[in-house]
Amino acid sequence: MSRSKKKGPYIDVRLAAKVEKGASSGNREPIKTWARDCTIHPDFVGVTFLVHNGKSFLKVYVTEDMVGHKLGEFSPTRIFKGHSGGKAKAATAGPPGK
Amino acid sequence: MPRIQGVDLPPDKPTHISLRYLRGIGPTLALRLCDQAGIDPQRRAKEMSDDDIARIATLLDREYLVEGALRRTENANIERLKHIGSYRGSRHRRSLPVRGQRSKTNARTRKGPRKTVAGKKGVKDLK
Repeated sequence: MSRSKKKGPYIDVRLAAKVEKGASSGNREPIKTWARDCTIHPDFVGVTFLVHNGKSFLKVYVTEDMVGHKLGEFSPTRIFKGHSGGKAKAATAGPPGK
Repeated sequence: MPRIQGVDLPPDKPTHISLRYLRGIGPTLALRLCDQAGIDPQRRAKEMSDDDIARIATLLDREYLVEGALRRTENANIERLKHIGSYRGSRHRRSLPVRGQRSKTNARTRKGPRKTVAGKKGVKDLK
């Protein structure tokens, strides 16, 4: 279910304040944040964030297309490196037959 | 056989059912179209006059997104998700469920037919 329109989008207040501060002082440094659930406001366009993924901070440069999404959508929390034993077993098992 | 937007409508079905053979027209929109064009939805599609068909065609052209144009918009939306590097985009790229469904089991619609892996637990007797 989507969020009530009455409330408007959720934007982390402290993060928005930081973005504004950076914009007014011309500071282009990336903003480190844990607020993965924060909706990307149009004012965030052009700002670089360092979004925590549970382990490290991934660089997210906000473009216009990203407005309305959440910061966490651009900082994946899982890394899938393929199933175990795939290649080694396939090599010894020979051609797959039924 | 009536033809709208390059799609042949089945002639022997009621008009509001026939219209649903166009992509982007479901039960609701089919009935609304009949209403707006002043056509009895229960009459067979082949009984529509050329004038009726033209009215529906212009309505579709002007107000609704159907067929090719709809497909293009859908694809553009998916491409956008891929392009901005969002999680949903990456799920589309890997053709896995996009909206948080489980993928350990099920999810066959997205993943396609099962690919049995030889040597995996439980598939020994497959030979």
